[in-house]
Amino acid sequence: MADRKLQVALYWGAACGGCDVAVLDTDAFILDLAAAADLRFWPIAVDGKYDDVEAMADGELDLAIFNGAVRNTENQHVAELLRRKAKLLVAFGSCAHLGGIPGLANAASRDEIFHRAYLANPSLEEGNVVLPVTEKKVASGTLEIPKLYRRVHKLDDVVPVDYYVAGCPPAPEQVKAVLKAVISGKLPARGSVVGCSERAVCDDCKRRKEEKKVKRFYRPWQVLQDPERCLLEQGIVCAGSVTRSGCGVRCPNSGMPCRGCYGPTAGVRDQGAKFISAIASIVDSRDPDEIASILGQIPDVMGYAYRFGLPAATIPGTARSL
Amino acid sequence: MEFEPIIVGFLCNWCSYTGADLAGTARIKHRPNLRTIRVMCSGRVDPTFVLKAFAAGADGVLVCGCHPGDCHYIEGNYKTMRRMELLGQLVRAYGIDERRVRLEWVSASEGERFARLVDEMTLELRQLGPCKLRPTVAALANDFDGLSRAVTAQVAASGEVTHG
Repeated sequence: MADRKLQVALYWGAACGGCDVAVLDTDAFILDLAAAADLRFWPIAVDGKYDDVEAMADGELDLAIFNGAVRNTENQHVAELLRRKAKLLVAFGSCAHLGGIPGLANAASRDEIFHRAYLANPSLEEGNVVLPVTEKKVASGTLEIPKLYRRVHKLDDVVPVDYYVAGCPPAPEQVKAVLKAVISGKLPARGSVVGCSERAVCDDCKRRKEEKKVKRFYRPWQVLQDPERCLLEQGIVCAGSVTRSGCGVRCPNSGMPCRGCYGPTAGVRDQGAKFISAIASIVDSRDPDEIASILGQIPDVMGYAYRFGLPAATIPGTARSL
Repeated sequence: MEFEPIIVGFLCNWCSYTGADLAGTARIKHRPNLRTIRVMCSGRVDPTFVLKAFAAGADGVLVCGCHPGDCHYIEGNYKTMRRMELLGQLVRAYGIDERRVRLEWVSASEGERFARLVDEMTLELRQLGPCKLRPTVAALANDFDGLSRAVTAQVAASGEVTHG
């Protein structure tokens, strides 16, 4: 090619759109990107059809950034398509990286989800039952919509992934760092989580840390917090100790506990198991009944432990989710 | 043939493993369903180990440590006591019967008690039947098929449904 502009595609799978906004959040830098790259495909920002991507030669794209989890046949189709067309495929954000918030659907079965959404939703108008079907014959032919899978999958369950960018959403500084690395060609080891620390959020958190002994757990709104002191020591369940740093400690700095969106620290396989281990061990009691009552104050342990990564857990869904 | 459950046992080096050893040297018979893993302290049992055991096909997990107050490392077993409580909540959320995960204290002199525990748990798990977690994890690999079957059937059966 005469002009060596980078050929870039961005796509969203099962996602909220926040990751695309995070790319736009890089402010004026986005203009540098536009100068350095041809945005060949980006559903949220530029016009383009799947056919256009199909028509590309294999490996024609330099970079494909995929955000969102893989939830249905369409997500998988585009994931496979972009994998073929792109030299580098990046899993961008918690959903593509670990399954993300949509991954919590793996706690329930698909039937339960359908029932809730289309039959038992309190906002449904009585008697007006509309259910999606995957195929519908109409006068002009057969209409199809993507089929929903039984589970939510992370991107690398479906296709090989070159790099991961953690976060829900990734911090703008990190987005810049990643794009600059690709533009300059200075890439880290394949398979790594780019632009992050190897250590935990606590390592970068400036709050004062003393002894961790907890008699009662609180949700953030239940207690008036000391803005200087470690949130966990105040009984506010914080996932900082089991979460990879690189976000700039945005949540604890704003008075909210870490929720774990950057995933496990380097070398850890199961973030939720480490969460269980860390949170339980600081309970200040040696009496089994009292321990049970203190730990019983944490609602929805699975939701806390795997808020952003149930599909990446050792056990990626409940027994009834099939 | 009767169902033979697989139990993964994590035994602490100082009390419980020695207790199990005593059961052996005293020639006390117990069911052969326990697969023993020796750890230095029950506090070494990362919840990951327990989850991994289930994902790999265990029907039950038995964690044994020194009695409270007797820990070789002062309070490793108290940490285990707390972790197993929270892990129990997670295990329930996964839909695993909580009788499949047990924490028991076995001292170095309690060989007989250890043997009784293994027998008890084996019989209990026989009644519970196989743990379904492993097939669940395996099925994840080839999950890719269509829309919810039950709901599709409901659509077919229901006359009032419209397609918006």
